[in-house]
Amino acid sequence: MSFTIYVPCDSSAISLGADRIATSIINEAKKRNIAIQLIRNGSRGLFWLEPLVEVDTPEGRIAYGPIQLNDVTGLFDANFIQGGAHPLFLGLIEELDYLKKQQRLTFARTGKTDPVNLDDYIKHDGFKGLKNALNQSQADIVKEVTDSGLRGRGGAAFPTGIKWNTVLNTPSEQKYIICNADEGDSGTFSDRMVMEGDPFVLIEGMTIAGLAVGATQGYIYLRVEYPHAHKALNTAIEKAYQADYLGNNIQGSGKVFNLEVRLGAGAYICGEETSLMESLEGKRGLVRFKPPLPAISGLFGKPTVVNNVISLASVPIILDKGGDYYRDFGMGRSRGTLPLQLAGNIKHAGLVELAFGMTLRELLYDFGGGSATGRPIKAVQVGGPLGAYLPESQFDTPLDYEAFATNWTVLGHGGVVAFDDTANMAELARYNMEFCAIESCGKCTPCRIGSTRGYEVIDSIIAGQDIGKNIPLLRDLCNTLLNGSLCALGGMTPYPVLSALNHFPKDFGIDDNADVA
Amino acid sequence: MTESNLIQTTVQNIATALKNKPGALLPILHAVQDTFGYVPEESVPTIAKTLNLSRAEVHGVISFYHYFRDNKPGKQTIHLCRAESCQAMGGKNLETHVKAHLGIDFHETTPDGKFSLEPVYCLGNCACSPAIQIGTEIYGRVSADTFDAIINETKELA
Repeated sequence: MSFTIYVPCDSSAISLGADRIATSIINEAKKRNIAIQLIRNGSRGLFWLEPLVEVDTPEGRIAYGPIQLNDVTGLFDANFIQGGAHPLFLGLIEELDYLKKQQRLTFARTGKTDPVNLDDYIKHDGFKGLKNALNQSQADIVKEVTDSGLRGRGGAAFPTGIKWNTVLNTPSEQKYIICNADEGDSGTFSDRMVMEGDPFVLIEGMTIAGLAVGATQGYIYLRVEYPHAHKALNTAIEKAYQADYLGNNIQGSGKVFNLEVRLGAGAYICGEETSLMESLEGKRGLVRFKPPLPAISGLFGKPTVVNNVISLASVPIILDKGGDYYRDFGMGRSRGTLPLQLAGNIKHAGLVELAFGMTLRELLYDFGGGSATGRPIKAVQVGGPLGAYLPESQFDTPLDYEAFATNWTVLGHGGVVAFDDTANMAELARYNMEFCAIESCGKCTPCRIGSTRGYEVIDSIIAGQDIGKNIPLLRDLCNTLLNGSLCALGGMTPYPVLSALNHFPKDFGIDDNADVA
Repeated sequence: MTESNLIQTTVQNIATALKNKPGALLPILHAVQDTFGYVPEESVPTIAKTLNLSRAEVHGVISFYHYFRDNKPGKQTIHLCRAESCQAMGGKNLETHVKAHLGIDFHETTPDGKFSLEPVYCLGNCACSPAIQIGTEIYGRVSADTFDAIINETKELA
């Protein structure tokens, strides 16, 4: 009899020693003459428990974690391969509250399967969406996605179906699908988890997009900081070609879709879609003027769908179960689920996929368990380096695009970074300006020059110089960035900067709130 | 063959093999950097000629992207994350420690040529902050002590 053991191949798990643990388990089993099958699965996203090892039992998969290298012998002594008692025993993985309370649609498979095993993918409902799409007209596929209410998960939240419809209705000999996998926002890792943990779902989503709009070539623009995702994607793409899920005759339908991964080179701005296309064309990643929209004139001047990883990875389930099924999750105009990423100073950091509508406070405390340091949470940055800092008074905001917008905050790509009360918000604001200066493409003046002037002014404020003059100057500068920048980098850097200033004036040396306005 | 000739021949082979890809410049630069650890200055005219671009255009692309470097790195490059999530978990203290331990600042290489230090803005390991990358290996929840242990181990392997 052979026992099945799962050790994640997710790069966060590896960063905590998962590779060594996998090797050690194999060696220990050999030593004890126990036949095992070790599967490298994706991560469940419960990162405070990583490296998290699972074993198959008749009752279901039982988890142990967090495992250190010197725990392995003890685990074998405790007969963990059959779910034996051990201090690191966590019980049935699916019964853990953190997972049980989630609504995993996009992440339905991640953590369960061997990411690059095609049979495993198909066994777990893979390619059902594509099969349906192959029997539908282009307009019907687009309608299904429009009906689902899916909005771009990259940050801008533009309705995916409307974008697809524009590309479908723009005649051209060549059209493209681009997956924006340049996940550069601090505090976000859901794209990475999908690409490492369930790469076939992205391939399936992109193929459906290609069928829907009549595009035969897709590119995944992947950030170079994700070497494990790169490997997983390339392996999965190769297997998809071998099994005719990609290529010139998809599943015998005569339909064509080819897919290639292209690596970025460490430029945050290339997550902006027009800059990304410049980069794919082999140029400096300078932001383009819009219009023309990429849907009309995009990559190499052709109609192009540019979608985020999570948007595209949500398409297969929509085509499998129908737009209505997906739309029934969520609130208001935010339909479906959002994979939130809890990070920074938080006790239970991880991936939480939920229907829109839960409050930030529930996420931080019910899921996150408060700060990692045990100190009060002072501020939370939602939506990456261009997202506002929320103070405690805004923690009851529901996680919904429109609710966040009324607070002058953004949900963005769903990254949530918590800071405890040792954080200095003036220094963080300075960092946000410095980041903008480092990453600015340089095309527009407000962003290129304003960001440098921005951190210089904040330096003066931190040094206590002329605060009465420098605060209005900083506000004026932020106003210029907000209104005069070509894209969201310059246009949104004021979100974190001004929210820090407005909610935490003391950190800027202002005692009286009245001075702030 | 001189080193400069060798570089030019290798770069020419890479550029010829990839030049027909749409938007070939980034794939070529990646292949060159994967081979040499950096993009040597001598490769610019070769790439430019193969792609029918000006040398200024190729240079402009190399200098635009943080990842491409025009000078030889140390044996191992350490990427240290400076982004918000790592800051929230003591990333700044780690940065101070790493710089002091190695005796270098960002974008520098240790005198023995073993380590280069580069900042990075997010490794996507934000649930395990602070994070660093050495070569292709990623490390999470890095403290000053674990950093020292990792570096000592890496030195032994080198």
